[in-house]
Amino acid sequence: MYWESDKECMDREELEQLQLEQLQSTLNRVYSHVPFYRKQFDALGITPEDVGSLDDLARLPFTTKADLRDNYPYGLFAVPMREVVRIHASSGTTGAVTVVGYTRNDIRTWSNLVARILTAGGVTKDDVVQIAFGYGLFTGAFGLHYGAERIGASVIPASSGNTTRQIQIMKDFKTTALVSTPSYALLVGETMQEMGIPVSALSLRYGLFGAEPWSDAMRQEIEGRLGIVATDNYGLSEVIGPGVSGECQERQGLHINEDHFLVEVIDPEKLRPVPPGETGELVITSLTKEAFPMVRYRTHDLSSLLPGPCPCGRTGRRMSRVTGRTDDMLIIKGVNVFPSQIERVLFEIEGTEPHYQIVIDRKGAMDEATVLVEVGESIFFDQMRRQREMVDTIRKRLAHELGISVDVKLVEKKTLGRSEGKAKRVIDNRKL
Amino acid sequence: MLRIKNLESGYGRLKVLKKVTMHIRAGEIVTIIGANGAGKTTLLRTVSGLIPARSGEILFDMKEIGTLPPEKIVFLGCSLVPEGRQLFAPLTVNENILLGAYPQYRKKRSDQVRDDLERVYGLFPRLKERERQLAGTLSGGEQQMLAIARALMARPKLIMMDEPSMGLAPLIIKDIFSIVTRLRGEGSTVLLIEQNAKAALGIADRGYVLETGRIIMQGTAEDLLSNREVQRAYLGRDLDAEGTM
Repeated sequence: MYWESDKECMDREELEQLQLEQLQSTLNRVYSHVPFYRKQFDALGITPEDVGSLDDLARLPFTTKADLRDNYPYGLFAVPMREVVRIHASSGTTGAVTVVGYTRNDIRTWSNLVARILTAGGVTKDDVVQIAFGYGLFTGAFGLHYGAERIGASVIPASSGNTTRQIQIMKDFKTTALVSTPSYALLVGETMQEMGIPVSALSLRYGLFGAEPWSDAMRQEIEGRLGIVATDNYGLSEVIGPGVSGECQERQGLHINEDHFLVEVIDPEKLRPVPPGETGELVITSLTKEAFPMVRYRTHDLSSLLPGPCPCGRTGRRMSRVTGRTDDMLIIKGVNVFPSQIERVLFEIEGTEPHYQIVIDRKGAMDEATVLVEVGESIFFDQMRRQREMVDTIRKRLAHELGISVDVKLVEKKTLGRSEGKAKRVIDNRKL
Repeated sequence: MLRIKNLESGYGRLKVLKKVTMHIRAGEIVTIIGANGAGKTTLLRTVSGLIPARSGEILFDMKEIGTLPPEKIVFLGCSLVPEGRQLFAPLTVNENILLGAYPQYRKKRSDQVRDDLERVYGLFPRLKERERQLAGTLSGGEQQMLAIARALMARPKLIMMDEPSMGLAPLIIKDIFSIVTRLRGEGSTVLLIEQNAKAALGIADRGYVLETGRIIMQGTAEDLLSNREVQRAYLGRDLDAEGTM
């Protein structure tokens, strides 16, 4: 099932022609309408006329979160305010808020792109879609809302929070598709268990999750608890919000909407493209946005471009699921550690709950990392020996995965804080 | 059908087109809108081979035509309906139309001419009525029809029209544009250049906005019609007066 098959399955050569046309006109517009870009280009002695191929993109300057902050609030808008019909702000996972705008056409484009992703994730006009993202400045809720409405699905704008009520709605309104963060989907599963509501009491079939990195193991956990097919989708407000890429039913990477975005993967240190297939930082250029075009935006999200075509028939290149952020990479004892690595290990170990936290302290000159892991109730009533065995197993597996030793502490179920949006996994107490 | 990449051209030392990249798929009506002097006519003249491309590619049916003379380009199936019609005023309507069949004669396919003539007169019954009238005595609308009829005689796959609505009354413009739509219905592909952006976007599938030799926007006709910059600059809507602030 496709939403716009002529676009999603476009011949590669035709697509590249279209991308070049769109790139050139985007550059012509930002160069004449946005002083920031003109200054950036002029500083490098580049004009839009120097871009004659998609490869020339690499000659253009990057745009960073700091640039967005420096031009707060409207400095990077490429149209007058009277053409802007919507303003959103980044959810600010890290640092200060940044502002983005949409024209009427942008909103239409956005709706269509999300409609593609929902369709790829299995949603049709016959579905009842519950949006459990917070409605507000955050782009997630509105993006998915528009896309689902565009398809003709029945949309429930449940917003985030009040999990028992969410479950009640799911049950009473016969929700068939859940849209939320993956960590919230887990909380829903857990809460259902506590409320004594079995999966069979719900009509859920699909889950579309995004806004934070999650592992395949976590996917299995969610699918098991909620009885759904779960797909990952990706986007960020600086670029458009959700709608940049999403998984199809093959679930072998996220198809990028390449007729609207150019995606590069770079080495975040050397700032050069990584060899094909290798992991690096995603850099995204918008090709069709009117109000808030973005040239080479450094997302800090880590992913890779997957080789080869997808059996689903879409020709849009696929990116691997985001494994983390360059800025949530922890350096512990001099070694690069991503929370997602720890997550992967924990999911493989029987008896642990999918909730964890990494606490880092510094004793003298030494880093000390402790991983707090929730375990099922039974283990605490059992003998000490089993607990110790489990701690040992986790410690060994983590040491193997991370290349450094960390402490492991088992905690009772529900002792770690739950989030209704993006989960907080890391507590770094080091004063560097 | 037509794929242009980084096309640059101009007159003497004046560079008019700056890295123009665009394409037309078979069966589409694509329009290029832009103000006077934006480079619209230069673009058509360059694709037709009337002025040389300085750099860039022009692929017609996957063949590079950037260095070919105009008649070869017509032979390949790419015809121009020039700005200001460019008819032979002292010749009759019929004679003007037959001049358009020149490629058929050159290709030794003069046997096709009779059928083609019939088809063209079928499209433009008004011209059939005035078959023997001198072209110079026709009304503006009829002259435009004649210019289109002449181009069709070469059996073009792609027909490029430069300001067909110029100087015509609104009712006649409607006629001309409905003919363009009909041509597409019969399998032609059309590149339409217009200052009358509203009419052009009304029948086009997609459009490009050319500004001082650069393409600054492109998209479906629907997208361009609802773009406020296009509305203000090319559709003559006064958004301030409408109190949209």
